[in-house]
Amino acid sequence: MSESADNLSCAEFQAQLPDLIGRGEAIVDHAHYQSCKLCRALLADLAAIAQAAHQLFPVEEPPDALWEQIESAIVREEANHNLP
Amino acid sequence: MPNYASSTEPPRKAPRSFSVGAVDEPTEYIAPNSATNDDQADILARAQAGDHQAFAQLYSIHKRRVYSLCLRMVGSVAEAEDLTQEAFLQFHRKIATFRGESALSTWLHRLAINVVLMHLRRKGLQVSSLDELMEPAPDQRPGRSFGAPDLVLSGTIDRLTLQRAINDLPAGYRLIFVLHDIEGFEHNEIAALLDCSIGNSKSQLHKARLKLRESMRGYLQREGNK
Repeated sequence: MSESADNLSCAEFQAQLPDLIGRGEAIVDHAHYQSCKLCRALLADLAAIAQAAHQLFPVEEPPDALWEQIESAIVREEANHNLP
Repeated sequence: MPNYASSTEPPRKAPRSFSVGAVDEPTEYIAPNSATNDDQADILARAQAGDHQAFAQLYSIHKRRVYSLCLRMVGSVAEAEDLTQEAFLQFHRKIATFRGESALSTWLHRLAINVVLMHLRRKGLQVSSLDELMEPAPDQRPGRSFGAPDLVLSGTIDRLTLQRAINDLPAGYRLIFVLHDIEGFEHNEIAALLDCSIGNSKSQLHKARLKLRESMRGYLQREGNK
């Protein structure tokens, strides 16, 4: 754990991060971020996770048979609904 | 099923906030197909009147995003197919009640999310509301002191490890992560889907990524010790 120019420890800075990010603050401009290699590495990891997630998990196509099942279920529901 | 070539979705949007602290301003929702708004309104009106062909078009337009969302949330193809079917059946039952207070896609995605959450609840997830989902129990939140420099994940993330870590996330974190980082929803869209603030969506996403990192570091360390 290190202290940086703004006198925040890493734990203090990291505890504040959810609120800072929630408020839309630019973390890269924060004094602790600029002076702390550990916290920059942490945030680089998080960015890498986000990027990997987008690249590793493409939009998936459901099987064609799924529509046939849905259509059949709709027809059954409508037939039941129309019963006297 | 007819081939609705004009009803295919555009490429998924990449999340804009891979980097930290990026400003994620609200944007206009991008309609998930290339049909004009008039075409979409016509398709919707016909589907609401009971036209099966029109409903098939709506399915064709929205199926990928709904299915992908289900698949990433449950991690199983069979379960994702069941959930997609249930979501579209509910969509069909309720479509006549849609009054346009939100975009149709938002309405459908919210419906699909509720179907997924109901499924997770049946599997033993102890949550009764989205609020509880959005703030997991203290023991499920990411820990502190995560800045150790001995294990930088960049370049070591593979699909299996990431999928395993996603599956281990508390459901609320998983939902935010899947919606934003995998499915490419913007924070303003997530806020509308989950009835939360944009700030809450951003901060919960940060915690979700932290929890993922914590899990992946754990896996890698355990494998390194074998």
